[in-house]
Amino acid sequence: MAEFFNTIAQYFSYPFVRYAFIVGILVALCSSLLGVTLVLKRFSFIGDGLAHAAFGALAVATVLGVNQTMLLVLPFTVACAILLLGLGQNSKIKGDAAVAMISVGALAMGYLIMNVFSTGSNLSGDVCTTLFGSTSILTLSRVEVWLSVAMSIVVIVVFLLFYNKIFAVTFDESFATATGTRAKLYNMLIAVVTALVIVLAMNLVGSLLISALIIFPALSAMRVFKSFKSVVVCSTIVSVCCAALGLLFAIVFGTPVGSTIVAADILAFAIFWVIGRIRG
Amino acid sequence: MNLITVKDVSLGYEGRTVVEGLSFAVEQGDYLCIVGENGSGKSTLMKTLTGLRKPISGEIVFDPSLRPTEIGCLPQQTPVQRDFPASVREIVQSGCLNRCGLRPFYNKEEKALAEASMEKLGISSMAKRCYRELSGGQQQRVLLARALCATRKLLLLDEPTAGLDPVVTAEMYGLIAKLNRDGVAIMMISHDVAAAVKYSKHILHLSHRPLFFGTTADYKTSEVGQIYVPHGE
Repeated sequence: MAEFFNTIAQYFSYPFVRYAFIVGILVALCSSLLGVTLVLKRFSFIGDGLAHAAFGALAVATVLGVNQTMLLVLPFTVACAILLLGLGQNSKIKGDAAVAMISVGALAMGYLIMNVFSTGSNLSGDVCTTLFGSTSILTLSRVEVWLSVAMSIVVIVVFLLFYNKIFAVTFDESFATATGTRAKLYNMLIAVVTALVIVLAMNLVGSLLISALIIFPALSAMRVFKSFKSVVVCSTIVSVCCAALGLLFAIVFGTPVGSTIVAADILAFAIFWVIGRIRG
Repeated sequence: MNLITVKDVSLGYEGRTVVEGLSFAVEQGDYLCIVGENGSGKSTLMKTLTGLRKPISGEIVFDPSLRPTEIGCLPQQTPVQRDFPASVREIVQSGCLNRCGLRPFYNKEEKALAEASMEKLGISSMAKRCYRELSGGQQQRVLLARALCATRKLLLLDEPTAGLDPVVTAEMYGLIAKLNRDGVAIMMISHDVAAAVKYSKHILHLSHRPLFFGTTADYKTSEVGQIYVPHGE
């Protein structure tokens, strides 16, 4: 056991491991905060959809040779999020279909563009990295870490300040609008923050596994807890613990980071499901 | 005094007119039932009054004492709500949101208001229970308590007894009548003409245009009323 802790201590002496830990936990925290709202709004798949949209944008940015890919990826993802969440309620193509359309469309176009205008020699490797985020969290720079910290603070502050409004809009949009809460505005806010989190999370688990980070902690918490507040709190705790455990495991045993974190989330869900069953 | 005056209004959505030539008024302490068949424009009227849609033409005037955000409404339940993890207290408190403005949290006064509303509807003992575990009738009481937090003057109810069994339906109508006696004006959309005639003071019968608007007593003897009101009422 002592040896195990020694190994971990040794790993933590490397800055890139510390960076990965900080960013991993922050991303887990943010995605679980939003996850509760998104799952309840029946937008579980928005994580997947937006991540694929971001992937498409990333492909274009890579081909165009843009240095700061974020500059292209972030606005595009935010635009897609607004399109889906903010305006999607009354449009002719309903929520799930719109998400699926953007998701599949952007993924296909992204891959097509990368394929036709290939810049690197290892195309499938590049695609795999973007989709599964296999190592990029271990190659974060100091700037990226600070960027993640800043984004997380924005997400947490927004969530805390608008907690009651987000609750009201999620639970009953018609009532909220009727009593003068600007539901559209808050939907827009949720959309923008979701896009921020997803772009952030792409570094950690890659675009394919972002949905898991959004869905699992929220669903786990909902098995056991019965008020909105307790579900939100529990979901963040579960998410942070799973991210920490998954990262530790991945670093020590050399497994892929994203998949390991998701495996931890699945395990947590199973445990909560059993607890929920026993409690009745 | 009229809380809401509707003057020659046309309603609709996506360029389609659903109701036209609509004029009526809701007085202080009134109990107005809006009846009519499916698709006759009842829900569109409700959505317009709560600000979800704009009228195509005509004018809706709110009394200066009644801000448009001060209408407590009870919309029909959505599938999202049925399995929503929220406590009764959290939901009732969310009715106070129109008092908060930009303030992020509820103050003492608003929390007290929520407790009082729960007391009034007899759901105080369920404050910590989870909404999705309640029966249909209990859920409606929770939503009614929430609406009461948002208003003291006017409640807008959309089929408040849909899906409830006869006993609970009667209880619900009793509760609504009690709130009305306490001075809250009620505007209720209903399929249930028999109940509408029994409890309301005024009736608006819609079928894309108003077939009848007047007192309930007049409705019973009117041409439309003769057809829709069950005999013996």
